[in-house]
Amino acid sequence: MSEEWKSEGVIRRNDRYSKYVKAITPRTGMFTSMMKAFAIGGLTCLIGEGIGDIISLSFPDLSTDMVGAYTSMILVTVAILFTGLGFYDVIARHGGAGSFLPITGFANAMSSAALEFKSEGLIFGTSSKLFNVVGPVVVNGVVWSTLAGIIRYLIMLFTV
Amino acid sequence: MSGKNQTMFFNNNPRIISGMSVVGKREGEGPLGKYFDEVVLDAKCGEKTFEKGEQQMFHKVILGAIEKANLTPHDIEVLLAGDLLNQLVSSSYVARELPVSYLGLYNACSTMTECLALGASLVDGGRFNKIACATGSHFATAERQYRYPLEYGCQRPPYSQWTATAAGCSILSSDGDGPAITHATLGRVVDYGINDLNNMGAAMAPAALDTLLAVLTDTGMDVSDFDAIFTGDLGRLGAEILRDLAREQGIKLGQSYSDCGEMLFVREQNCYCGGSGAGCSAAVLNSFILRKMNEGEYNRVLLLATGALMSPTTSYQGETIPCVSHGVILENVL
Repeated sequence: MSEEWKSEGVIRRNDRYSKYVKAITPRTGMFTSMMKAFAIGGLTCLIGEGIGDIISLSFPDLSTDMVGAYTSMILVTVAILFTGLGFYDVIARHGGAGSFLPITGFANAMSSAALEFKSEGLIFGTSSKLFNVVGPVVVNGVVWSTLAGIIRYLIMLFTV
Repeated sequence: MSGKNQTMFFNNNPRIISGMSVVGKREGEGPLGKYFDEVVLDAKCGEKTFEKGEQQMFHKVILGAIEKANLTPHDIEVLLAGDLLNQLVSSSYVARELPVSYLGLYNACSTMTECLALGASLVDGGRFNKIACATGSHFATAERQYRYPLEYGCQRPPYSQWTATAAGCSILSSDGDGPAITHATLGRVVDYGINDLNNMGAAMAPAALDTLLAVLTDTGMDVSDFDAIFTGDLGRLGAEILRDLAREQGIKLGQSYSDCGEMLFVREQNCYCGGSGAGCSAAVLNSFILRKMNEGEYNRVLLLATGALMSPTTSYQGETIPCVSHGVILENVL
């Protein structure tokens, strides 16, 4: 490789350029984004609470855990339905973190990948790409909760 | 600009004797909608997959351009084509259905001017006399290759761009009517250290500037010598950056400068900073620009298509985005 590429002059030029680009590039408004995420994320949770209340009123014998499980199942089903019908991404464009943090976001990520890669067949398409987007979430979920468990175990060991 | 001559001068008038453009629904709804030859409403063109849909669009545009020139596919000697997909599948799968020699070219979104530059030099040198140059891109296929599944809900920054579902084909020949390609400037790969995949405009603007300077120095022309200057797909932000960079070099890109990607959509279409993709400049050239030249509104036009040459793999490995821009000068000559 020639020395000209990555010479000091080039590095200085690039620094100057990236500062300029940073200054001129429009950013998403932090406040509006947060408000929208709050509204859409909050609404999702509100609907979830509503579903939970309806279930526990209709079936008073169900335990709280079971009510929670049914609520999650309903929310996930609705999110997948919305993904298939093509408007989850429109909601998410506004909702941001408010729409991908709740369980509905996970459902959307998996079902959108399943839909997208259907064209390569059930094995090489859907099966192998199903965790394409959510893979990192699963891996990090397992790794960090294991770490948290170890820390909790150690603390318990020394305090009890 | 390298200080070396980067420009080919063509003396035998290789001409664009016909052009055809096919675009998707959203592009058809944009400001240039009425200029396009065909708008396909179904993103899959009636096929089973988006990839097949893109090939269908590509096929349509090549056959359409050949027909418009009153030729048959058997008259065409060489097809120079490119697209954005890995292994150039769209171009190659279409080429297998045509009785022509085929060169697949990849320079990302600057492929159209690369095709034109090479095609013009083949015609000018007298090697061949009927050449088809075509490029295309498709939002859905590019999205799955470069980003996320279509229905995945994610937010994009306001400065990102929208891959155009579009294809364009030009037929080059030295006999016939149409604007001549008088010069072609082959660009250098330029990298100003931008690594934000969403900010293609900022990454590509320096490449456009580099080639613009080479065009002006090599030909001795001035910005005012052109009726219009178009860049390929810098988008709204990239075009603004190019204006700034040019001003720094003492070049004023005034009213005559526009960007194909920026022209393709209006803000209300939710396409962020505008269109991008190999088909973007191809479709605009073969519709709007060609029509305006044939009507005599423009007599000399400079088209600088710009391409970002990264892949998702290199980006995840932390590499910056190398970019290139090739320029062609189109002129109405007798």
